Amino acid sequence: MKIRLKGARVLDPKNIDDFKDIIISDDKIEAIIDPNISTPDNDNIIEIDITGMVAVPGLIDLHVHLREPGYEYKETIETGLKAAAKGGFTAVCPMPNTSPVNDNSSITAFMVSRAKELQNSKFSYKQSISSDKLGVESLYSGVCKLFPVGAITKGLQGESLCEYSDMKKAGMVAISDDGRPVQNARVMRRAMEYAKGLGLPIISHCEDIDLARDGAMNEGVVATKLGIKGIPNASESTIVMRDIALAELTGASLHIAHVSCEESVDAIRNGKKRGVKVTAETAPHYFTLTDEAVSRYDTNAKMNPPLRTESDRQAVIAGLIDSTIDIIATDHAPHSLLEKDVEFDRAAFGIVGLETSLGLSMKLVQDGQLSFENLIEKMSKRPASILGINNDLKAGNPADITIIDIDAFWSVNPKTFLSKSRNTPFTGFSLKGEVYMTIVNGKIAYQRDS
Amino acid sequence: MRFEHKDLLDIESLSIKDINMILDTAEGMKEISNRPIKKVPTLRGKTIVLFFQEPSTRTKLSFDIAAKRLSADTISISSGSSSIVKGETLIDTAKNLESMNPDIIVIRHPSSGAAELISRRVKASVVNAGDGLHAHPTQALLDMMTVREKKGRIEGLNISIIGDIAHSRVARSNIEGFTKMGATVTVAAPPTMIPKGVEKLGCKVTSDIESCIENADVVMMLRIQKERQESILFPTEREYSMLFGLSSHRLKGAKRDVLVMHPGPMNRGVEINSDVADGEHSVILEQVTNGVALRMAVFYLVAGGLKNAD
Repeated sequence: MKIRLKGARVLDPKNIDDFKDIIISDDKIEAIIDPNISTPDNDNIIEIDITGMVAVPGLIDLHVHLREPGYEYKETIETGLKAAAKGGFTAVCPMPNTSPVNDNSSITAFMVSRAKELQNSKFSYKQSISSDKLGVESLYSGVCKLFPVGAITKGLQGESLCEYSDMKKAGMVAISDDGRPVQNARVMRRAMEYAKGLGLPIISHCEDIDLARDGAMNEGVVATKLGIKGIPNASESTIVMRDIALAELTGASLHIAHVSCEESVDAIRNGKKRGVKVTAETAPHYFTLTDEAVSRYDTNAKMNPPLRTESDRQAVIAGLIDSTIDIIATDHAPHSLLEKDVEFDRAAFGIVGLETSLGLSMKLVQDGQLSFENLIEKMSKRPASILGINNDLKAGNPADITIIDIDAFWSVNPKTFLSKSRNTPFTGFSLKGEVYMTIVNGKIAYQRDS
Repeated sequence: MRFEHKDLLDIESLSIKDINMILDTAEGMKEISNRPIKKVPTLRGKTIVLFFQEPSTRTKLSFDIAAKRLSADTISISSGSSSIVKGETLIDTAKNLESMNPDIIVIRHPSSGAAELISRRVKASVVNAGDGLHAHPTQALLDMMTVREKKGRIEGLNISIIGDIAHSRVARSNIEGFTKMGATVTVAAPPTMIPKGVEKLGCKVTSDIESCIENADVVMMLRIQKERQESILFPTEREYSMLFGLSSHRLKGAKRDVLVMHPGPMNRGVEINSDVADGEHSVILEQVTNGVALRMAVFYLVAGGLKNAD
């Protein structure tokens, strides 16, 4: 079966930016051709008119929590991957802090096979598209790809290394003790050295647990006013500096997760100048909100690292502009009301992000801070290169394509989320730029209603 | 004139007019406690729940006496006896309380924001008796009442608050209250006990206790919580006492009519010496006396006492 995507602007940074038609054959891109060239074999091709849209290489989210196995009441692989597809992502990397922890190849294999099963199940996505929109059910799938991140240490205990090689064979693409960062520098050093030998990037959630202890939001005047214990910037930046030093020592590929503050941005900038193999991500909330968002004890503004001050927010944006921060990830962290509708200091850290990421990030383009091309670098091309994937829009590559309606206005309504959870601080935000369609392996994983 | 608030959650949400109204009403209430029969029928038929999720003797008793002197019925729930120990959430407990139609819920809770969280879920008036490190509005109001009574005014006075500002809801509410009423507040403590950005609440910050005492009209000492020593705020009580304890010797540098206050319970010999606590400048027990009148006023006002008295 073939599809011809017609009429869109096709944008692949440093590769194409032109009005082209994309021919998809089964799961691959067959050709990208001039719109007025007619398709030779016309009898079995489905044409999809996407005039006015922009087609870009599929977005990749390097940092999500899908909660399965173990916390299926918050999210499952199925609901998480559907939410991802709705957010325009063709692939996501779930962190290992499931229960049991993804610290061995059987958990890794379970996640991979569950995702494959969902991708192959006929038409698992039907919430918001009428089944015969294009008349061909088999064109649709419901989910995007899943590339699991495994644990650095057994049980996230920070003590002994996991069997990275075995896990890599099962599909693991990187390692991280996200949420329970490795405190012992010697363990971190050994993990980096060992991972380097296997070509695995190490993703570091940088936090000094002792400095952050009991803290529930950014340390500063807002926390002082609310009487909430603070988490200082230094609890993040000291470990950023430590891990950059260790990456320099070991030559490993280090990726700094969810950068929230100015000092971390500076440290990464310096590390890059010295030639350390360090990359970094931030999340939309860190360049959109500040700790003022907590001011009525809103537990949906509670995440780790916490929302910082305006000068940190500006530093994060500056880091994105000069590419100190390579990518935008979501740190999608679904929680139910059980964890969020409680006293602020008892509430869980984290917010959902898959379905708001692109819209919030488009604001950087609209404000003139990033070019659209640069945004696609940060949400698609760089995450792909960190994972060692080539996702160029070119013949022969998997047909993973995100189609964006960049002029569409929409407002964030958690009731429409495909995620199981609703914990977002962005309810009611008016955004411009919306996902129109997500194509994964040549199948439509998401399509907007109209 | 009427009191427009359903709840009393913090000082921040009160206007100067509100504060004056509460203090004026409290002054009027004070006399009731000196009568041979210490009871007026004002809140007869009203139910007040005292929901205390943290240890408290003085504050709980003060609220209880205040309610009873206004003829309200009080029911008291404390942490050990509530369903919270059975795993019930705060919101569920609040909703269950609400179903029994209380008029006022007084809450003390270890989490900052707990009073506000409850107030959003219940129709009853909520009075915050201390939430985490956030606010203790009735304490600040009774402190303001005591100062106004002794000094005739609050505006223009220098108020020094000395001690663990970072872990004190009393300090936060007093900084907001006294500043709002036109006083100048200075806080003094080792830097480990000064929360970040506190000067943005409108107070001055120093770690020099002598200068802080010198200009003060009121010196308010805060309790040093021994259980905080695990957060490594100071080396020893001995050193703290030498650096920041209020001794009669230190007090000699103060104005002759300085008032010494303490929200209690005191650690004698740590933040305050006995000769000062029991000395001529101390109004510590008057704070406690005023606490009852102040809480009577708060009950009266949130129950809608002045609604028909325009």
